[in-house]
Amino acid sequence: MSKSADEIVYGLKREYLEKICAEGNRIDGRKLDEMRNLVVNTNFVPRAEGSAEVRLGDTRVLVGIKVEQGEPFPDTPKSGILTTNAEMLPMASPIFESGPPSEDAIELARVVDRGIRESKMIDLDKLVIKEGEKVWVVFIDMHILDYDGNLIDACSIGAVAALLNSKVPASEIGAEDYPLPISHVPVTITFAKIGSTVVADPNLEEEEVASARLSVATNENGDVVAMQKGLGGSITKEELFSAVDTSIKVGKDIRKRVLGR
Amino acid sequence: MYLDIERKIVLPGEEISLEGMKQGNGIYHDGGKYYSYQMGVIQTYNNYANVIPLSGKYYPVRNDRVIGKVVDVAPSFWIMDIRGPYPGFLHINDTPWKNLDQELNKILRVSDTVFLKVNEITESRQIWLSLKDAGLRKLEGGHIVMVQPTKVSRIIGKGGSMVNTIKELTGVKVQLGQNGVVWLDGPADKVMTVRKILKYIEKEAHTSGLTDRVKKILEESR
Repeated sequence: MSKSADEIVYGLKREYLEKICAEGNRIDGRKLDEMRNLVVNTNFVPRAEGSAEVRLGDTRVLVGIKVEQGEPFPDTPKSGILTTNAEMLPMASPIFESGPPSEDAIELARVVDRGIRESKMIDLDKLVIKEGEKVWVVFIDMHILDYDGNLIDACSIGAVAALLNSKVPASEIGAEDYPLPISHVPVTITFAKIGSTVVADPNLEEEEVASARLSVATNENGDVVAMQKGLGGSITKEELFSAVDTSIKVGKDIRKRVLGR
Repeated sequence: MYLDIERKIVLPGEEISLEGMKQGNGIYHDGGKYYSYQMGVIQTYNNYANVIPLSGKYYPVRNDRVIGKVVDVAPSFWIMDIRGPYPGFLHINDTPWKNLDQELNKILRVSDTVFLKVNEITESRQIWLSLKDAGLRKLEGGHIVMVQPTKVSRIIGKGGSMVNTIKELTGVKVQLGQNGVVWLDGPADKVMTVRKILKYIEKEAHTSGLTDRVKKILEESR
């Protein structure tokens, strides 16, 4: 399939970004490992069990949590269910189309899901109502409202912030509502490789010209819990280790400053 | 010369009294009366009244100088994206190059950036572009910034006053396309300053005394 005009990047823009990144600068004046301004508003949707609106620079996403009763999977009768879904609304960017979820939307939902699932953030074993018959199903729905790059970080931070403020509506079954059982707080940080430089939290322009992308999720102990490598380019061992170090450092700061943990 | 209608904001279908001016762009007439096509500001120029839209896509006009990128290569012409409603075509005969039986790919490739002019718009809305004029060329190096096409005239300023101020105070090479694509070349920090200034002008385009304010900001940032 041929690319649409919007998807073809001006060649000299790529050269320019590669040049200034090699000099240690970035197009918006940030340091190479600096995130854009991050604002999280939790309980943005009062009727949901939990929600968060995230602004990462000009990227804006809305995450909603729904907790409903459902049947457990036959192979895991003793645990609740976690489902993640991402919607890339056409109003967020000219390159988003309506219709079934695109490859990017599926990848986004899966990467966010993996960060939360593999970090064991939610204690799913505590979400059982009746073993093998009824459990709580946690839905994470992410809506992209404005696209200016790095949806993975905006969505995963939003999902974590929303889950931290979610409750299980146990009053539906005659018990008392209780907060979602949380055991860990993962934070995902994404890097883009531009030329031979790795930058954290790429914006749209940087994402357009990136040759490789790496997302690293870490928990509060500084353990790496999930990773995703994207695009066709390669990443060296040194770049990987330095990305992991940055991810732990920035993750700690976000956990303290934004998530209050 | 300022008239009453100058700088008035109009809505689509709103009646306009031309006050002796001729009907310009963005205005249609029906039953002897004149109406606006778009939401915009009335501006007069050379005895013509025009409605300048507040925002919108670029609509190509003959002899406009625009910056385009190559999106596809055909046997004898290139297909260019000029941010218009239709793609533009650049034929090999309208360039200074001679096709000596070589592939056009070797002259301009997909994603190359070119400063060109709109040569002709046919009845069937085909846009033919040209590279045969002074100053038109393939752009190399530098950076691309997008602005609203409707704000380009504000960035140029009266007689080029705004863009010349920016060039003088920052030393950055600036090439403006009527389609809202701006090419900048210079040191990274200066390019960043110009980028910020362009966004500022875009936001404040409707206010007056903008050139002086831009000058002040640039002088302070030096």
